[in-house]
Amino acid sequence: MDIFSKPKFFTNNTKGENAELLVELNSEYRDRRKDAVKRVIANMTVGKDVSGLFPQVVKNMQTEDLEMKKLVYLYLMNYAKSNPDLVILAVNTFVKDTDHVNPLIRALAIRTMGCIRVDKILDHLCEPLRKCLQDDNPYVRKTAALCVAKLWDLDQERAIDNGFVTTLQDLVSDSTPMVVANAVIALAEMQESSVNKDVFVVNVAIMNKMLAALNECNEWGQIAILTSLAEYQPLDSKEAESVCERVVPRLQHANGSVVLSAIRVLMIFLRYLRNDEFTNGLIKKMSPPLVSLLASAPEVQYVSLRNINLILQKRPDILQNDVRVFFCKYNDPPYVKREKLEIIIRLCNDKNVDQILSELKEYASEVDVDFVRRAIRAIGRCAIIIEEASERCVNVLLDLINTKINYVVQEAIIVIKDIFRKYPQRYEAIIPTLCQNLDSLDEPEAKGSLIWIVGEYAERIENADELIENFLETFLEENSQVQLQLLTATVKLFLKKPSQSQEIVHRVLQTATQEIDNPDTRDRAYVYWRLLSTDPQAAKAVVLSEKPPISVDSSADKLSPGLLDELINNISTLASVYHKPASTFMGNKAFSADAVRKAAVADARDEEQIMGEDTVTSPTAPAASAPKNVMADLLDLDFGSSEPVSTPVMSPPTSNSKSGPNYSADLFDMSSDMSSGGSDAFGGMGGMSGMSGVGGLNIGFQQSQSQSQNQNTATSGSSNAFGDLAGFGGFGQQPSAATASQQTQQQKPTQSSTVNDLLDLF
Amino acid sequence: MISAFFIYNQKGEVLISRLYRQDLKRSIADIFRIQVISNTDVRSPIITLGSTSFFHVRHENLYIVALTKWNANAALIFEFCYRVINVGRSYFGKFDEEAVKANFVLIYELLDEVLDFGYPQNSEADTLKMYITTESVKSERAVMEDSAKITIQATGATSWRRSDVKYRKNEAFIDVIESVNLLLSAQGNVLRADVAGQIMMRAYLSGTPECKFGLNDKVLLEKDPSNRRKTSNTVEIDDCQFHQCVKLGKFDSDRTISFIPPDGEFELMRYRTSDNINLPFKVHPVVIEIGKSKIEYRILVKANFSSKLYANNVVLNIPTPLNTAGVTCTASSGKAKYVPAENSIVWKIPRFQGQSEFTLTGEANLTAMTHKKAWSRPPISMDFQVLMFTSSGLLVRFLKVFEKNNYQSVKWVRYMTKAGNYQIRF
Repeated sequence: MDIFSKPKFFTNNTKGENAELLVELNSEYRDRRKDAVKRVIANMTVGKDVSGLFPQVVKNMQTEDLEMKKLVYLYLMNYAKSNPDLVILAVNTFVKDTDHVNPLIRALAIRTMGCIRVDKILDHLCEPLRKCLQDDNPYVRKTAALCVAKLWDLDQERAIDNGFVTTLQDLVSDSTPMVVANAVIALAEMQESSVNKDVFVVNVAIMNKMLAALNECNEWGQIAILTSLAEYQPLDSKEAESVCERVVPRLQHANGSVVLSAIRVLMIFLRYLRNDEFTNGLIKKMSPPLVSLLASAPEVQYVSLRNINLILQKRPDILQNDVRVFFCKYNDPPYVKREKLEIIIRLCNDKNVDQILSELKEYASEVDVDFVRRAIRAIGRCAIIIEEASERCVNVLLDLINTKINYVVQEAIIVIKDIFRKYPQRYEAIIPTLCQNLDSLDEPEAKGSLIWIVGEYAERIENADELIENFLETFLEENSQVQLQLLTATVKLFLKKPSQSQEIVHRVLQTATQEIDNPDTRDRAYVYWRLLSTDPQAAKAVVLSEKPPISVDSSADKLSPGLLDELINNISTLASVYHKPASTFMGNKAFSADAVRKAAVADARDEEQIMGEDTVTSPTAPAASAPKNVMADLLDLDFGSSEPVSTPVMSPPTSNSKSGPNYSADLFDMSSDMSSGGSDAFGGMGGMSGMSGVGGLNIGFQQSQSQSQNQNTATSGSSNAFGDLAGFGGFGQQPSAATASQQTQQQKPTQSSTVNDLLDLF
Repeated sequence: MISAFFIYNQKGEVLISRLYRQDLKRSIADIFRIQVISNTDVRSPIITLGSTSFFHVRHENLYIVALTKWNANAALIFEFCYRVINVGRSYFGKFDEEAVKANFVLIYELLDEVLDFGYPQNSEADTLKMYITTESVKSERAVMEDSAKITIQATGATSWRRSDVKYRKNEAFIDVIESVNLLLSAQGNVLRADVAGQIMMRAYLSGTPECKFGLNDKVLLEKDPSNRRKTSNTVEIDDCQFHQCVKLGKFDSDRTISFIPPDGEFELMRYRTSDNINLPFKVHPVVIEIGKSKIEYRILVKANFSSKLYANNVVLNIPTPLNTAGVTCTASSGKAKYVPAENSIVWKIPRFQGQSEFTLTGEANLTAMTHKKAWSRPPISMDFQVLMFTSSGLLVRFLKVFEKNNYQSVKWVRYMTKAGNYQIRF
């Protein structure tokens, strides 16, 4: 056949195409009918509606041509729902096919029948399904096993009444490994949505059957079995050991997802092990496969790196000598580089810090701005984690500042501010160097950091008042984050050098209270003013109070132990990639189509929360992600369109993995303690690392209001209390989450003093 | 688990769309086009919008996309996407837009087979080829004849091999291919050096042969006291992965590699070593920036392997700044020229004898820039192939074939070392 006579399936002539196809489908020639069906499928693929051809296509179903049959089945799966009455035409052929001598056709028929979600088909499905579950041919059995899950999804009662669940449970002991695997898959899925949770309880007998099949299954079957094995609760340490021994060989599998699934089982079973020697041996065996995962495709690497990050938090002793393998290659995709950087910091210790520092310095000279900034922040984190290395880190940062590359300088200054907070009174000598770069700063965060430094060390900087004066020239145009910093710095300056700056402080407070609309800035100015006018001594005690240094723990963004354990249970899944519990991004998982529709309203609300913490699409400006939000709404409204849904539009905060010491963390802890059990409402909040406690709580409050199901009284009670507190400080009226986070992300110093202030006032 | 599977072209047109779960509608395909394909700043292979997660992999000019509404196994989904690509390549030679468009019916058939209700089933191209074939006529006949046998085999314990393979001459070819990864700091320190090895096998063996395979693996040889005296020449393997035909339990207990191979070519194992690596090439770069308008290069390369061997296709990519106007360079062997599109000097040496050394000297002239931005100095990267040489020192000790007919088989072994990520900072 030459190229010209080859039929073109993806054509563009839309006019009257359906009519033309109609004729072709009725053609007396088999070839032409087949080509017509192919064109129908091609149209279906590009999204054209060809449901009108239903009767004509279905007519072609009864054929011995397997390819043709498959095409018609494919069509049926897509359009059965829109033509429920006509589906009955197909039932006869289906039932006949499940009796065909060819096992491939038997399996195909039962597979397709399960995918047609029309009640009328269900009536005719049960008998063939029963037969197929008992079929001699394992290929048919394994297909039928999954079909039970399909039926369950539509009608649980029917599946139970017909005894399919029991049959499926028997199939776990089947002689063919793939049947076992599919039975396990089906049962595990049904268990999740069952009411009594008694469909698939992994006990010793089932576990042994699964272990026996594990060695013989194909890779996907192994994953299914490993996933179900993870559910098993061993009776004692000995039993856990024996399971681990059976699972360990899987670490050598070529498929990275098998390895990660095995790692999940091992990490969970480690909790039950009492034998230290065995535990250590196991941990030693786990490291090399984890490193090997870095040789897989970049996307698999990404998933692996996110999981390694979790595993390291749980078992810091793992991979201790392997930091080099996490060094970035020049041509790694950005998302892989980012995760490698995170892991390098986790593995940083006093022995390898020199090596890491020179590597980080190298990264800081690359071209990808986002990556360069992360590398510089990582240098700061090294300094905070390892005291002995702080001086070297500062020197590296000074080198970077001397490159005069604008974004490098700004980021370095932000980082140096954190180092100052951790090691007060140690590196003041570099302040003049920092001040030389004053003019190149145009980002609020960097500006705010330098202003904080000037205010904090006002007594040592001779021309502090000039510098502040210089900044004040543009006071009204500044971002509110900078305004707040300036306000505080000026007050500090005044308290330290009253003689020079009385005029300045007066002017600033006046401007801030009279000309600025932002409630944060205005109210803070009022607070300062009153403090200063009533009792300057008290003002000194409050504003110049000792600030607790940044602690190591808060600087490495560690997950709470509870969340960490939950995520370990979910190694290799989406939850482990996002480092968030599944409930935060899955919405209300409902299992039947109707329930999905019903849940649409609640779902759409949940979505807001997810969008709010979207770390996936990384730093995006709030403006840019607003349409995405709407998009997501539309996405979910798609299937719930029958019900009107009004969703509050909330733009997401700019996510920023800069983990900083912040008081928000403390407030979060407090609130989540009080709302034990309300972790759904607050669970996701932990992800907003840069969010201020006050702002964050504010949102938490709104969310717990709107989340009718997850709400519990304790939660709302506690957040109410904080809402009041926030209101007192004038923080309660922040216009939106986005600005809240923007302002507060890097202004911890001020935030801290303000929180101190507020606490004092109580 | 996988709710839907799409293949797009670069323009974002849907070439293949298959829904496996009813929790999604086809219109979701548009969302991906808008959010990912037409978005220039995508920084993650996983994107969650609403409660739907999109996993994508790019291959040739295609986007392979899997969707889920579950807390799905992310690693599994990506491995699966790559498996689809492999199956596609195995069927069509090249898996690109043209191939997908020309074979969309077959691809639908395959997708129906490899995923059921969103769960991966059998994704071995060799097995699939037994019952899903390109010429429908042939498939019909084949199906009628031995579909029962095929299906039993496809679900069984050795799903990768037919039982009725016959060869007049029984042969097995083993290729040991090592990729050396190197990262050398500007000071000449080795930051990272490791070898990623691959053992490819082409098995043309009749019946159901049981194979045993031996390497100079340090752990294995040191276990056996009788081997003590010759343990000097062993390799310490950090980690290895095997094709699914290898009995992992056996390897874990006594480190023997035994398997029933699939018919034809497959990757038997992958391994990784980082101890005692013989770096095949040493590079000494001297790059000096003279003022703002000139950079001097002097690059010395030395082959570090036996003079009896030689390397093929040696290529060095030596980066130049973005504002390079022109380069003059001379090399003591091979050809070197400035390639503006790659911002580098490309130095090609077709044949590089062991123990020899060559130099390149050159000068890059820079145009004046209005704003001074430091040059990021990307590393020099190198490409090469050295035959009959392994950087790790790995050797194949034996391959034994046991079959009930007890036939003689011929085995061949080849070694090759090539550059993986061979990068030298300067």
